[in-house]
Formats: sequence, structure tokens, C-alpha cells
Amino acid sequence: MILLIQYTLIFASVLILVALGGCYSEHSGVINLGLEGIMVMGALGGALAMKFLPIAIPGILMVLISALAAAVVGVAYSSLLAVASINYKADQTIVGTALNMLGTAAATVIVKAINTAANPDDVSSAVQYIEPRKKFVTNMGPFQFNWFMLITLILLIAAWFVLYRTRFGLRLMACGEHPQAAASVGINVFKMRWSGVLISGGLGGLGGICYILAGVSEWRFEYGVAGFGFLALAVMIFGQWKPTRIALAALMFGFFRALSNTYMGFGFLAALNLPSTIYNMLPYIISLIVLALTSKNSKAPKAEGIPYDKGMR
Amino acid sequence: MKESKLKSPGVQALTASLICIIAGLLVAFVVLLFINPSGAFGAIWAILKNFFNYSSANLRLRYFGNTLVKSVPLIMCALAVLFSYKVGLFNIGTSGQYCAGLCAALYAALKWHWGWLPCIIFAMLAGAALAAIVGVLKAYRNVNEVISGIMLNWICLYTTNTILSNVKDSASPYTLKIKDYAPQAVLPSLGLGRLFNNNQYVTIALPLAIIVAVAVYIIMDKTRFGYELKATGFNKNAAKYCGMAENKNIIMSLVISGMIAGMGAAFFYLTGYAQYEVTATSVPAMGFNGIAATFLGGLNPIGTIFSSFFIQHITDGGSKVDLSKFCSQTSDLISALIIYFCGFVLFIKIAMNKILAKREAKKIEGGNK
Repeated sequence: MILLIQYTLIFASVLILVALGGCYSEHSGVINLGLEGIMVMGALGGALAMKFLPIAIPGILMVLISALAAAVVGVAYSSLLAVASINYKADQTIVGTALNMLGTAAATVIVKAINTAANPDDVSSAVQYIEPRKKFVTNMGPFQFNWFMLITLILLIAAWFVLYRTRFGLRLMACGEHPQAAASVGINVFKMRWSGVLISGGLGGLGGICYILAGVSEWRFEYGVAGFGFLALAVMIFGQWKPTRIALAALMFGFFRALSNTYMGFGFLAALNLPSTIYNMLPYIISLIVLALTSKNSKAPKAEGIPYDKGMR
Repeated sequence: MKESKLKSPGVQALTASLICIIAGLLVAFVVLLFINPSGAFGAIWAILKNFFNYSSANLRLRYFGNTLVKSVPLIMCALAVLFSYKVGLFNIGTSGQYCAGLCAALYAALKWHWGWLPCIIFAMLAGAALAAIVGVLKAYRNVNEVISGIMLNWICLYTTNTILSNVKDSASPYTLKIKDYAPQAVLPSLGLGRLFNNNQYVTIALPLAIIVAVAVYIIMDKTRFGYELKATGFNKNAAKYCGMAENKNIIMSLVISGMIAGMGAAFFYLTGYAQYEVTATSVPAMGFNGIAATFLGGLNPIGTIFSSFFIQHITDGGSKVDLSKFCSQTSDLISALIIYFCGFVLFIKIAMNKILAKREAKKIEGGNK
């Protein structure tokens, strides 16, 4: 039971981080379908930081530096989306998809190159972080607390505050609703959209490192992040682009994802004797059903997905 | 006179595609330079050469055949993506529909011992059924087709793994060899294999794929149905106003798209070239590469044939790089970069037209002086 809660919270943290990323980006008017790829690149940045940082440094520094590395790589990677879709008015769906493919391919190539350079016989695409991972978790009795749960909570509150209580957030949202109107009152739409995408990159990168730290101590990069970037987008839509609702939606999705890891521990579920693939499919099936029920009255930012053109009315 | 040629949309699309390829290769080259400066050029060259890496002419012909065999499903997936994209829908679920198709084809062949034709039809139906879910959700529930497509990809992957576990080899995670266990389902070669140094995998799938490409071109550009689909893609509300059944068009385009993807899976797995691995952790990449091929082909069904061959060519070439220096995923990197640059196609075309217009303006000015 405690294990279920623990997994629910950690998966929900991943989903909240990434969905908030999508939320910033879409409120500024750019659909970020590349979150999956951004997660992979962020995970790569964080994993490499963990690998190369001396193990002797204090835990808090390890956590902060790895998280920062993940966020920075995420921001840098998301600028590819920003350049293409904001400055060159590219189709956001194509560029997002390209970022997803590029993320997995580039991460695999880089990790394999690093592994092979260290040991010519090693052609695996895995990064190990058994020792560093211990610094991210503290045991509270049987419950394993992960520092990312706290980081997520802080960023969640920050997102609510920024979006609804600051000038920046309100301007950002104006750019997603009606960029021409925003521009007419002196807001720089390009700048706002750039910041939306870059923030989403940072959050996506954090989500990526959080994802690979969730359960295991090594990660094979060719696997990517198993559709979590898209699950996060489903969470965001279900959460109607509002941080608080996103958090609730993420908890629900996190619960079903956690169930697939821990259902063996429950007498009545194990007794049902369902094949494990059912539990693997569960988060995706639920998200489809939920989307079918909630998309009709979607409160999506009105101008999302449309490249900003000054001359358009 | 040269300028008027440059203005034709065909030439512009081709130029834009070539620019994308060159930009993709250049960036990949820079990435490889960072990893291992001495081998970077050799690696790119090996990828581009693919089957020319073999010294004997017979081997080259044989491996050329193999690349063609693998291009067939890619052409089909690219056509599937294209068909829905013309209607304004991004069918990223092509991979899942392809997966459903291979599941249906292999199960029907190995378990029920169906012939090849019923197997293909069954695969088409499976792909169409999966795509229909996306279509219905999009048309009636306004669900973003990209997200529902991805969700269905994962659902389909796990389902396929479970179903095909029933027809797998007991000693390995691969499905039974279709040549040994279901010879009736192997696609006939009709002597095509002999053209490629007796490559048994070159079958009627190759000409069939080209026929499908032509059919897609005719449907899209020469029939009322195609025009209605495209009109729905341009402006759903205007199409509705003109009396077109816009929801039906959305669903139909996805159903046909899924059908093509499923057919592509049958065209590949029924040659016996590859077996499906039931422990796969992601859907076959074919559908995603199809996206690359579609955009690289300038959203033209005939262009798709060539771009698919090119993408498959460099994907195969990826295994020819010096594996002690680079990994075979290098080619994935290149094709991902190419798709990224395909996002700039519109910009390239606008820029080209701007330059042309400027030149013309100068000419007129010069003439006036």
C-alpha cells in the first residue's frame, strides 16, 4: 500500500512537471508536442551530471546540480522548437514530432559514444547511477521520499502564482488567446512565446530526470520515456490548462501507472489473475476515455498552434 | 527562362527537399565530428553508400533488393500519413495501425493458415479499425488526434505482444518463420526476385505499393471524394456549409489511412523477411519514419516513393558505419534532423519566391532604364 502511494506520488510528480511545462507553452500559444523528446534530453543531462559529479559531494548539491543540468539541457533543446515555430512559423506538429525522434536518437548516439570511449567493448546505451540515486531519496520508515516530490510541489505553487498573479503570467496567457490584441497594447509576442517554450523546456527536462529516477538505477536511452510526454499532454488537457486541476489529474494518472508496478502486492488484484499487459495498458486506456469525455468543452488557449503573424487580424 | 522553371511548385518542392537533406546531413556531420573527428566523414559516406559498400556486383544487387523490400512498408506508412495530412489530420498513430496490421496478418497466417490475399485484407481491416477509433474520437469528441494516436500506439503494442505470443517460436522471442509454418501466406514473387540476384524477398509487394501510391494520387487530385477531403482539411466549417459531411470525411480519411498502414505491414511481414519480436518495448518505428518520408516527399504521393527509398537507404546504411566508433542509430539521428528541417520548408519556399520576385523587379527596373 505504501509502495503504491510512493509510486503514485513519484509518477504524479513527473506528470505534473511535464504537464506544467506544456501548460506554459500552450498558454503562450505554442503547442509543445516535443515534450517527450525534451524529457529524454533532460534525462540525459541529469544522468550525465550524476555520472560525472564526484560521489563525495553533499547530497543537496548533487540533487540541485543534476536537476539544474536537466533543466538547462531541456531549455537548450526546446529552443529548437522555439526558433522553428516562432521565428520561422514552422508547423508545430511536425517540429514537435521531429524533436521526439531526434531526442531519442541523439541521446542514444551520445550515450553510446561516451560508453564506447570509456571502454571500447561497451556498446550499451545505458547510464548507471546507483550511488548518486541514493542521494535523491530518503527513507521515512517504509516510505521512500524523493526530493523531486518537494521540488514539484514548489514548482506547482509557483506556476499557479506566476500564471494568475504576476504581470508576466497574464501577458503570457494573453499571447495564447489573442496575440494580435496583446501586441496592440505593447506586449512583445515573440518574446512571450519564447519564454513560454523555454520554461516548458526546463520543466520538461526536470520531468525527464525525475522519470528515470523513479524506480531504477540505470537507464537505457533507446527506450525513451515510454509516452510519458504525451500522457502529460493528456493530463494537461484533462486539467483544462489550469495548474491545480493538472495536479489532481496527474495524481489520478500516476495512480494507474503505479498500479501496473505494484498490483502484485494486492491480494484481490493478483487473485483476478489478469495478464500484466492489462495493467501496462491501463494508463493509456484511461487517458483515452478521459479525453473522450473532457475534450468537447475544452478550454484550450484560442490561438495555440497558430504561428503569430503581425499582419493578421 | 530559368526563373520561370524555378517558380514551378514541383521544382520548388524538390529544391526544398534537397536543402532539407543537405542541412540534415551537415548537422549530423557536425555532431559526429564532436564524437569522433577522424571517422565522421567515413561514417556519413558509409551511410550514404549503403549497398554500394559491398564489393561484388551480385551482392550489391541483392542488398539493393533488400533495401527495396524494406522501402515498401515505409512507402505505405508515408502514404498513410500523407492521406490524413491532406485532410488536415496528423496521423501519428500510423505506427500503431501498422502494428495492428502486422498482428492481424501474422496471426491469420500462422494460426489460421490463411492465404496471402485474405491475410492482407485482414491486416487492412485491423489498421482501419484502429484508425477509426481515432477518427470517431476526433470527429465527435474533439480529441486531439495526435494524443489519441499515441495512446492507441501503446495499447496496440501491448495487445500485439500478447496476441502474437501464441504464435511465437518456443526458443526465442520471435514469431514463427512464415516460410516454414505458413508457406501459403508468403507473397508470390512472380519472378521479380530473379531480377535482384535471386532475392526471394522481392515480391509483388513492390509493384503493389507503387500502384497504391498512384491510386492515392488519383483519389486526391482527380476525384470528387478527394477534393471533398481536402476541402474539409482546409476549412472544416466551410466544407460543412457547402453541404459536405465533414465528420464522415474526417473518419473516412483516417480509416483509409489506417488501411494503407495495415496493408504496408502485411506487405512486409508476409515476405518472410523479418519476424516480429513479441518482447518489443515500442511500436515499430516504420510509422514514425513514414512521417519523415511524407514531408521529405513534398506531400506528393509520387515524391513519397523516392523519399521513402532514400530514408530506408540511409537507415540501412546506418548499420554499415564503423561500429567501433559510432552506433547504428546515427542514421536515425540523420532522419530526425531531416524531419526537423522539413518544418522549414514553407519558409524556404517563401524565401525562394521572395528572391525570385526581387530579381524580376530588378530586371524590370533594368529594362526601364
